[in-house]
Amino acid sequence: MAIDKHEIDKLSRLARLSVSEEDSADVADRITRILDLVDQLQAVDTTGVAPMSHPLDAVQRLRADEVTELNQREAFQAVAPNAEQGLYLVPKVIE
Amino acid sequence: MSWETVIGLEVHVQLATQSKIFSGSSTAFGAEPNTQASAVDLALPGTLPVPNAKAFEYAVMFGLAVNAEIGTTSHFERKNYFYPDLPKGYQTTQLEQPIVGAGYVDLNLSEGRTKRVRIHHAHLEEDAGKSLHEDFHGMSGIDLNRAGTPLIEIVSEPDMSNAEEAVAFAKQLHAIVTSLGICDGEMAQGSMRFDVNISVRRPGEPLGTRTETKNLNSFRFMEEAIKLEVERQIDVLEDGGKINQETRLYNGDTKKARAMRSKEEANDYRYFPCPDLLPVILDEGYVERVRQNIPELPDQRAARFVSDYQLSDYDAGILAADRQLSAYFEAAANNGQAKLCANWIMGDISASLNTSDMSINTCPVTPEQLAGLVARIADDTISNKQAKKVFELMWSDGGSADEIIEKHGMKQVSDTGALEQIVDEVLASKPQEVANYLAAEESKRKKMMGAFMGPIMQATKGQANPGMVNKILAQKLNALAK
Repeated sequence: MAIDKHEIDKLSRLARLSVSEEDSADVADRITRILDLVDQLQAVDTTGVAPMSHPLDAVQRLRADEVTELNQREAFQAVAPNAEQGLYLVPKVIE
Repeated sequence: MSWETVIGLEVHVQLATQSKIFSGSSTAFGAEPNTQASAVDLALPGTLPVPNAKAFEYAVMFGLAVNAEIGTTSHFERKNYFYPDLPKGYQTTQLEQPIVGAGYVDLNLSEGRTKRVRIHHAHLEEDAGKSLHEDFHGMSGIDLNRAGTPLIEIVSEPDMSNAEEAVAFAKQLHAIVTSLGICDGEMAQGSMRFDVNISVRRPGEPLGTRTETKNLNSFRFMEEAIKLEVERQIDVLEDGGKINQETRLYNGDTKKARAMRSKEEANDYRYFPCPDLLPVILDEGYVERVRQNIPELPDQRAARFVSDYQLSDYDAGILAADRQLSAYFEAAANNGQAKLCANWIMGDISASLNTSDMSINTCPVTPEQLAGLVARIADDTISNKQAKKVFELMWSDGGSADEIIEKHGMKQVSDTGALEQIVDEVLASKPQEVANYLAAEESKRKKMMGAFMGPIMQATKGQANPGMVNKILAQKLNALAK
């Protein structure tokens, strides 16, 4: 399955990655090779095999519903690029 | 030719856990910004989620309450999008195997109609933080206290066909989750939020293009938003236009809606299984144990109120929808005056709570005080009018009905001899009215009795038992007529 430059544009926009014009063809080529590998996997007959959602054959442990985290706002905000009145400040985003 | 409306709902319900779904941060509402946002909630590198057992239990309780299949194996997926109040860059949610499968709820509508609304599924996920767009030197402020609060998102089938049904469904869900105790139901705080999918079509035609009105947090706004959008879509179509598949926002203050984003530029969420979380397995024994602990549901409670207290279906439905209101009612109705208690709770008490912006939990009149008041109405010690006065004093100054009646000398005059004397005096002072009454036709007389009632009540300072006065007055006038 080949992927074209148009799709690379769309994916990089969704992932907030900037892929330059000259890299675009190379990236498309490499992703196509990954998808070829997926095609190969998908050719295997998996009739009767339950889908695997996680490579570890284990079950998730759950924790009791207890508040265990203390307020560390000061420490976190000391390493944040910008904070004011307890809020993290970010470039304005309005839909 | 008429139009048909097709409505489906997506409902976000915040679960009333103490801690978040994937971290041990508190979920308490109203804390100082970012004081309940831990390293996990902030998505600092190297942190890993550990799921909260209570969130699963609450989701299973909901599933059982809406007659749904429970997914005993749950997976989580990542829903990827960029927004500053979502620090991980993805929301951990469920797509392929949600914890709650297909179910349904039955609605009681006006005029005794009923309707079954199917639930497609409900899944567990985390809430996002909040963005504040006030001016911070042209920047936005981010509060991540809410990030990671456990939610269930309930997705209905498009089974509703007008605003009444959609609101009834929303109210029924509210009654269920608050009765289960899995959500505090505080809509103004965002504990329940509704997204409404709406389309219209000509009868018999395939589904029309739908729009989604997001984030409605009151039943009234929901009703207004639906009516407005249905009208808009019909106008567009009748003018020969077409509906764009878009997300809309309704503003409850201006009563207007606007398009937020159209489908063409909509997000492509690129879901994939979350590698940080293993499958969660809940065995049949677990589900059975949760089932045993499900408290009484609103419908069961309403049926019990009808059979135990002889309430009407309507009254029972209103009281039973709210667990705290139900508890208040039952505590007061112990005195055997259930119907009167129900009337007072749905009347004066609800009205007073509304006016003073309080809830039944903080009602200054206790169920015991109400029971005392109702008992004095039932045994004719005070009239309904006096009861309202007693209630007002109770509300403002406290005290039992008996104390208030005693203190303010509000006892109703039910002494037959005394009342007869007053009636005689009033009749004697109004010969013209008596003559008019006697000359009138039978059918008009009842109304004319009012001319005597006023002065009689005045003479007793409003304390005469109106029922008795009526009877005595009728007797005396009838005697004169003969």
